[in-house]
Amino acid sequence: MGFPKFRVEKRPYPSLRTRIQWPVFSILIAMGFGAILIAAAGVNPLVGYYHLFYGALGSAHAISETLWRFTPLLLTGTAVALAFTCKFWNIGAEGQMVIGATVATFFATSFTGMPSWFLIPLVIVPGFLAGALWAAIPAILKAKLGVDDVVTTLLGNWVILYFVAYLVEGPWRDPTSLWPESPAIAEAARFPRLLPGYRLHLGFAIAIFFAILFFFIIKKTLWGTQIKAVGENPRAAGFMGINVVRVLVTVAILSGGIAGIAGVNELCGTHYHMKGLGFFGGTGELSWGYGYAGVFIAMLGGLSPIGVPLAAFFMAIMIQGSRAMYREAKIPSPFYEAMEGIILVCLLVGIFLTYYRIKRVKE
Amino acid sequence: MMEVLTYTFLITFIAMSFRMATPILLGTLGEAFAERSGVLNLGIEGTMLMGASIGFIAALLTGNLWFGILVAAFVGMLMGLLMAFLSVTLGAQQHVAGLGTTFFGTGLSFYLYRLFVAPEGGVPPTITPFRPIEIPGLREIPVLGPTLFTQPALVYLALLLIPITGIIFYRTTFGLNMIATGQDPKAVDTAGINIFRIRYLCLLIAGTLAGVAGAWFSMVQSSQFLPGMTMGRGWVCIALVIFANWSPYRILGGALIFGGVDALQTTLSALGVAFPYRILQMLPYIFTIIILMMVARRATYPAALLKPYRREE
Repeated sequence: MGFPKFRVEKRPYPSLRTRIQWPVFSILIAMGFGAILIAAAGVNPLVGYYHLFYGALGSAHAISETLWRFTPLLLTGTAVALAFTCKFWNIGAEGQMVIGATVATFFATSFTGMPSWFLIPLVIVPGFLAGALWAAIPAILKAKLGVDDVVTTLLGNWVILYFVAYLVEGPWRDPTSLWPESPAIAEAARFPRLLPGYRLHLGFAIAIFFAILFFFIIKKTLWGTQIKAVGENPRAAGFMGINVVRVLVTVAILSGGIAGIAGVNELCGTHYHMKGLGFFGGTGELSWGYGYAGVFIAMLGGLSPIGVPLAAFFMAIMIQGSRAMYREAKIPSPFYEAMEGIILVCLLVGIFLTYYRIKRVKE
Repeated sequence: MMEVLTYTFLITFIAMSFRMATPILLGTLGEAFAERSGVLNLGIEGTMLMGASIGFIAALLTGNLWFGILVAAFVGMLMGLLMAFLSVTLGAQQHVAGLGTTFFGTGLSFYLYRLFVAPEGGVPPTITPFRPIEIPGLREIPVLGPTLFTQPALVYLALLLIPITGIIFYRTTFGLNMIATGQDPKAVDTAGINIFRIRYLCLLIAGTLAGVAGAWFSMVQSSQFLPGMTMGRGWVCIALVIFANWSPYRILGGALIFGGVDALQTTLSALGVAFPYRILQMLPYIFTIIILMMVARRATYPAALLKPYRREE
């Protein structure tokens, strides 16, 4: 039959060491494959990786830039991890980001005379609600009608992206700008920078807050226990008296809301204008594919409240470092995108080896 | 609005519907194989992009379009092999394995394209895409002649695959074993049939068809590769296989309806109808979500879908 010489044996309770060891090994092996990609570009892999890490962590400015990318990634990673924990397969964080930023743009360009302490909450709260509502629709469809959530959340991204493209190319277009974008948001709506001269801004603190909230929900609350129970087995959770529909919809609201804030973060912390379609199909020019990166981060972080921030930081290094690799050694900049897939594949093998032992069977 | 109703418009619209339906048809037929055997293949979007990118590179470097299609099919098959290894051999959660495969294809296709043929900042290279082939005799038929029988070869190939898939599904031992595996793998395994081999084969077929579907984007629809150029069509296939209730013949209906909506928005935009074309572009996606809502309640999923099979358990 299939595999006559080997036998697979389950490890019921892998030790903490095993659980850390294999994921770390898989990332190292993935970086080995990455070395082949770098070598294919005609660059010594060690030099390539040097540029990656030096470009991302080599100076105070580089670290600030990496943390500036880490901010939205932590938000989308947390949003997706929360949803995946109860098996709400939310791969629509990209669209939820964009709709959050869109609604925030409306408030941040309409109420220009307000002071900062009033205007910043006035853009964050609607941004949260917009993302929450956009994610709640597929969750309700899934819970009530059994509509596949992967497809609805993903196709929702395209719907909202085209809608935003319509807005910024049409009624919202800033007539003084050369490319399609909305007029600049009010000065008072812009997130204040944390340190003078560095791009790191208020959003960083907001992202840390949501990461801690995610930790607290999963580890300390009854709701967190219910979320995990629904993820393990929704039928059994139902028998235990958990309202599965309510868990799915409330998780979707928080997940979409956090992704919406990631969009507000990019609007008020980075771009200051609402933007249209990105170069890569299915991404926004404002969201830069960070919504999809959130899916990667959630899976790499094992949906764990400790793992997700680590994975988000790793991803921030990869994105920031890839730019340096291109600048310094002309390694094509989609390097980090190629690495995402390679890492996930290696990680799945690593997860298998964490929970199963392969034994040679003597015939 | 009257110009919308002219004969020329109608011909353009119908012909384009068939063309737009083609990649959807290929991808959805493949997905039907995978899901009928009990594996949800979310890797289809990434597989399409790999086919689009590597197929294009091969066609560009050799100057032979059919060689490009062959390479796209082969690369698609390798992606199917990857999906099968993750989901069947390792028994990873099928959602996670599929998303992993899609990430793999999406990222790598873009990197290799930049590496081999189109460095950043340069002018992206183009090829001469497939031309329509008029079928002698049949092309004289009114309406059908200039639409159905004046199409690039891949369109005919995709249409031909429907009855072939139908015969495999319902008239062969392999097909019956495959459907049984998707319902009750344990019973099939007990009967001494290698279900691992069946699932591997089905995922290889799904990957191959998705690879060819991807080549359609870079070699029929346009003359170049663009990152993410499949525009979510892989996910549309996953919706349409549910709409079609996993039946090859109903897949034709689903793909044609989707192709029709897609063609409608394209032709209306081209006509310069006084309606924002960005809103028209949303239609195929909204439409897919709506038909998914309509059929969700009565969809009869293969019973073993999403459940990895392991002998020991």
